[in-house]
Amino acid sequence: MTVSRTRRPAPAPTGAGRRAGRRTRGRRRSRVAYLYILPAFAVFAVFLGYPFLQTIQYSFYDWDGLSAATWAGVANYAAVVTDPTLRAAFGHALVLMVFYAALPIAIALLLTALISRAHRLRAMSVYRTVLFVPQVIASVVVATIWVSIYSPDGLLNEGLRLIGLGSLARVWLADYSLALVAVGFVGTWLNVGLCLVLFLSGVGNIPPVLYEAARIDGAGPVREFFAITLPSLRGQVAVALTLTVTSALKTFDLVYVTTSGGPGNSTTVPGFEAYHRAFGTGQVGSAAAVAIALTVVIMIVTALIHRLNPKEVG
Amino acid sequence: MTRPQRTRIRTIPLLVGAAVLAAVAACAPGPAPRASNTASLGPVSRNVGSGKITLTVWDQNTDKGIDEAQQQLNAAFHRKHPNVTIKRVSRSFTDLKTTLKLALSGDNPPDVVQANQGYPDMGAFVKAGLLRPMNDYADLYGWRDYYPSSLLKLNSFSRDGKTWQGGDLYGVSQTGELVGLYYNKSVLAEAGIRTPPKTVAELTADLKKVKATGKVPLGYGDVDKYPGIHLYGFVLSALAGRAKVNDLVKSSGGAWTDASEVDAAKTIQRWQRAGYLTPGANGISIDDAVASFGQGKSGFLVTGTWYEATLHDKNVGFTALTPPGAANQVTMGGEGLSWSITSKTRHANAAAAYIDFIAGRSSTATLIKNGNLPVVVPDSDTPPAGVAADITREYRTISRANGITPYLDYTTPTFYDTLTAAAQDLVAGRLTPAAFCQKLQADYAAFGTSNR
Repeated sequence: MTVSRTRRPAPAPTGAGRRAGRRTRGRRRSRVAYLYILPAFAVFAVFLGYPFLQTIQYSFYDWDGLSAATWAGVANYAAVVTDPTLRAAFGHALVLMVFYAALPIAIALLLTALISRAHRLRAMSVYRTVLFVPQVIASVVVATIWVSIYSPDGLLNEGLRLIGLGSLARVWLADYSLALVAVGFVGTWLNVGLCLVLFLSGVGNIPPVLYEAARIDGAGPVREFFAITLPSLRGQVAVALTLTVTSALKTFDLVYVTTSGGPGNSTTVPGFEAYHRAFGTGQVGSAAAVAIALTVVIMIVTALIHRLNPKEVG
Repeated sequence: MTRPQRTRIRTIPLLVGAAVLAAVAACAPGPAPRASNTASLGPVSRNVGSGKITLTVWDQNTDKGIDEAQQQLNAAFHRKHPNVTIKRVSRSFTDLKTTLKLALSGDNPPDVVQANQGYPDMGAFVKAGLLRPMNDYADLYGWRDYYPSSLLKLNSFSRDGKTWQGGDLYGVSQTGELVGLYYNKSVLAEAGIRTPPKTVAELTADLKKVKATGKVPLGYGDVDKYPGIHLYGFVLSALAGRAKVNDLVKSSGGAWTDASEVDAAKTIQRWQRAGYLTPGANGISIDDAVASFGQGKSGFLVTGTWYEATLHDKNVGFTALTPPGAANQVTMGGEGLSWSITSKTRHANAAAAYIDFIAGRSSTATLIKNGNLPVVVPDSDTPPAGVAADITREYRTISRANGITPYLDYTTPTFYDTLTAAAQDLVAGRLTPAAFCQKLQADYAAFGTSNR
């Protein structure tokens, strides 16, 4: 696009010749433009496009990854819906969306409202860094830290015993009803920092005069937040929502390190199932179908988020 | 500018659709089915020649004792055949399990690999023609005289990979393994138990006695999921006996819903209900359970001989149970992963010489010296009294009496997952023993239809 704009020709003369000339030049221009996107497209095609098509192909076969595959039709996709383990995996991903997306955004908005009141907070960059640290630490390290926090004699249980709530102490990652919540909470802890940094940078862009005007009109802190801060952060919220929802759907590392999908199958997620079926149990076709289904779900959810924020500015 | 854009919008979905159709309709993934698996392998020889050879070897000997033994064996082999260099790639069991398939299916696979027995790994590799049959080398090196036939059977498959424990030999193992009952002598003395239990019923009675002392009767940790296989396999073997379990695992008879299978599940759930197992076991790692048993916090522990070095303590003993009506002890175990030659190697003679050197007769002294249990225990090996002596004695008796049942996860490619998840559910009380067995049977039945 840049090319055609910079090379925009001088106003052409009128008449038939003008039209013909313009058309050919326009075509040539767009062909040249294709050359510019060629390197990017080549990288995409080799590293994303081709493997993606290959995965689609695998998903229609029954294949152990080694010997000859047999055509399976849509059986692998049907299994995504009918196999209780796989259905549960997608269900768990939906539950995780609450912990990965909804909670962090709510908490981060609350914190933003508080922090933005303190206009000249000292050492703001230090707080920002601290809050962002979870995002920077390798996720395997994060997961290992939380495994130790949740362990029978870990920080959480010891803390509960210290304040006299020892009866609540349990092996968190082995509890069928709470293991998924425990994993989800790690996601909340991870994503709050990300959301907060996004929102704080957004708040920084709001002209201070808006707040001054609101105060002169007699608005309190709550009113100020809903009337100015929140609407101004729409773009950031949309970005945060997209990032966190996607991270919830494609989560793998936390589950892999903390529970391996257990106890039973109570914390399996689609990403883990795809990995496990492809490399563990030799069900490459089924793994590919799970991966494709997950991709489709992520695309739909992202599109929906985009719809909810028509004026999204990114 | 508008026109090309519009056409592009129309053509992109068309192009993508066409590409997808082309991809799906293209020939099936994986190699074409081979017409015959019986290509001649050429003459074999003990002579490794004098030209420079590099053997790439993938093993899973990462634990301390076996890793040291492997390094010494590799160095000794290189001294014996200076023209052969060993390029060793060592990975943990789980990492090896996930990466070996990719490595084998490439154009340039390792020359020697350690393959797990049973249908999930070795069966799949044989089916795809990735491993070289080793009958000729077995004759050349006299392996059939050295190794017990029951152990060689575990490393054998039909050439189509569909029938385990029959057909051709695809490797030999280096170490022996047993899943058995460790017990802490001072905890047992405190509970008034004089001799270790001999049957499941006696063990249940003893667990009750230990419970009365306030200690954990049976240490158990299953967050890693696989210890579930060991606990259920141990109890099942001690109730059903060898023939029944072996037939079941190799798909030649029986059902997972039979009486003894349900009984084993009932036993475990009854232990859990009575508070005999470590509380919250599904969230505790097996390493922690072993450590806490080592500190005398529990009376019994069901796990494998590979913890021998960790539990090296005068206070610790090791035994196995005898099924009702049987003459000998029966427990799950067998041998370490099989050392196999890949079919694409260009140095089969050198690879076989290497395998014979590190897993055959010449390897036992080095293995024992580093605290490992060789697959064939020489009569001369009599460790001083203690857990090592117990393990050596039990392994020798049980393997000679043919009392070893195969690991249950060999049953089907997905059995590891099915059994480990179901075992966690069983211990958590979320599956009844009958429902537990039905889950295993469903997996078994599905494999039965697809494999035949």
